[in-house]
Amino acid sequence: MLAFIAKRLVVAFCVCVTVSAISFALMFLSGDPAIAIAGAGGRAQDAEAIRIAYGFDRPLIVQYLDWVGSALTGDLGQSIYFNIPVSEIIGNRISVTMWLGVLSFLLALVVAVPLGIAAALRPNGWIDRIALVLAVTGQAIPSFWLGLMAIVVFGVWYGWVPISGAKTWQGFILPVIVLSYYAMPAMMRITRSGMIDVLATDYVRAARAKGLPMRVVIFRHALRNAVLPLVSLAAVQLGLLLSGSIVIESVFALNGLGRLAWESLLRSDLPVVQAIILILSLLYVALTTFADILNAVLDPRLRGAN
Amino acid sequence: MTETLLDVRNLRVSLKTDRGMLNAVRGVDLQMKRGQTLCLVGESGCGKSLTAMALMGLLPRYANITSDCFDMAGEDLTQKPQSKLAKLRGRDVAMIFQDPTSALNPTLTVGRQLTEGVMRSEGLDRAAANARAVEMLDRVGISNPEARLTQYPHAFSGGQRQRIMIASALMGRPRRLIADEPTTALDVTIQAQILRLLGELQSTLGLSLLLITHDLGVVASIATDVAVMYAGRIVEQAPAEDLFHAPQHPYTRGLLRAIPVPGVTPRGSELPAIAGRVPGLIGEMRGCAFRDRCALGSSECASDPVPRHGDDAGRFVECFKVTPGEATQ
Ligand SMILES: Nc1ncnc2c1ncn2[C@@H]1O[C@H](COP(=O)(O)OP(=O)(O)O)[C@@H](O)[C@H]1O
Ligand SMILES: [Mg+2]
Repeated sequence: MLAFIAKRLVVAFCVCVTVSAISFALMFLSGDPAIAIAGAGGRAQDAEAIRIAYGFDRPLIVQYLDWVGSALTGDLGQSIYFNIPVSEIIGNRISVTMWLGVLSFLLALVVAVPLGIAAALRPNGWIDRIALVLAVTGQAIPSFWLGLMAIVVFGVWYGWVPISGAKTWQGFILPVIVLSYYAMPAMMRITRSGMIDVLATDYVRAARAKGLPMRVVIFRHALRNAVLPLVSLAAVQLGLLLSGSIVIESVFALNGLGRLAWESLLRSDLPVVQAIILILSLLYVALTTFADILNAVLDPRLRGAN
Repeated sequence: MTETLLDVRNLRVSLKTDRGMLNAVRGVDLQMKRGQTLCLVGESGCGKSLTAMALMGLLPRYANITSDCFDMAGEDLTQKPQSKLAKLRGRDVAMIFQDPTSALNPTLTVGRQLTEGVMRSEGLDRAAANARAVEMLDRVGISNPEARLTQYPHAFSGGQRQRIMIASALMGRPRRLIADEPTTALDVTIQAQILRLLGELQSTLGLSLLLITHDLGVVASIATDVAVMYAGRIVEQAPAEDLFHAPQHPYTRGLLRAIPVPGVTPRGSELPAIAGRVPGLIGEMRGCAFRDRCALGSSECASDPVPRHGDDAGRFVECFKVTPGEATQ
């Protein structure tokens, strides 16, 4: 098991290096960054001055190592647009997105898993049908529409929650629900189908043949095997939710990462974009590595040697 | 008179399918007696597994089960057999499945899977349950059993896994053991070992063994009695010797015809093909199900009921055309 974890961490490290190199390279994707910073009307001398000031004249590898070194100490460079440190801008925004993402993920999980199990226990039963309707509507209704409707009904008509913003925790209620409703169907369906497959296996039948009560059969024998595909999917879903949803953040006027990324792209604020891409990529690497390790904890066959 | 450990009469199992009611088991009478190895043979799809599942209470929810009499371990299971059997499973009746690779949970240790049943049903603590597991693994020929309790199924070969399944079935010290094609998924050499093991356990523990197979070699090597199933009914049952030497039902004769010397069939030879096709099991069926493939079949064979000729020794045959004692072959 330790060997497996060590191996996964080495792989994760290699992926991190690659990912960081790619995000570093983004800086140069749109041509000479110095000219980009100097602006369309900038003079050649300005560009040259910027090149030296920002260190673009040094060898690439030196620039990369320098960049990685600063990133590791939390220095993600200066925003071109705001002229303040990128880490400050992101720091303000990231907590909104993290709260929104984590809460939506947990809510989606708490609904999806029991619902998926209940649906799988009686395929085509009434729970399964309700679950199917919920899943299909969740996938079919666009989040922005649902979000606007929720604001109109619960914010404007009833006035139960703030209409926009995240100044109080109540502001998170609607966006969390809308976002989790978007994430729930896939997790529910994969729990259901995994459970249906597992319930039909010989080992579940063998467990029943031992005289174990159905509750034990479901939770000890079936669920453990049925959640293996869910773990991988959930890692990706959580990554998506933590990346920030431009739609949800815009509809509910939340200042999160999603909107920041979008605005920075429009402003050509490359250091910010670059930092967001780097952070999200590393987050994905961490999540998938964690999912792999969790799966190996659940399923000894994945650990390699016994 | 040997003790009867299970007695079921007129067992019927039907399944709701898209095409209508599938009457898969259509009136099976079956007794399991102490010290007996009863082999249930028949072509694939004739209802052997569903019969076994009915006896274990493991039928799917959409199955319908009825019987005139269903006695096991002093309990009357005629009403609600499925839920009553839930309490008997593991302790009074246990089962071994066809594919040992898929019958063990890949995510739980062998020790956990062996002990979880008795820890619950007998309230054994972990140490006592482990001791029992070691005893059973030893009995089925797994070497170094203590150390192997902490291993996962994938560390074992197919033959070893079937041994573990057998040990698991024996954990609750049941007196009735049902084995549904326990060697079909194994290599030929392993098959012989597992059969020998089952035979040994049956006699040392005094089990009543119901062995389902479509391999006549298995039957010849282990059976004390044989029941021949066709399209959901047992059409002939007899002590193994008698059945091999003097089969009476035309279907049984057809099965045995391809075998030169009854009783010494090479292992692994499967049922020889008989011309024609098994009738569909959807809907009601009248008369003898075998009549269309039977050389002796006539219009008489389409009427109900099919006469049953039996003797006191428990031998019987269901056929319009034969009577017991008649010269055969
Ligand atoms: N779960 C099921 N759903 C629908 N039909 C089934 C199911 N299990 C078995 N059957 C049908 O019932 C009949 C008997 O099956 P089975 O008892 O498995 O046969 P055997 O074990 O003798 O090969 C077959 O025609 C099979 O197709
Ligand atoms: Mg079968």
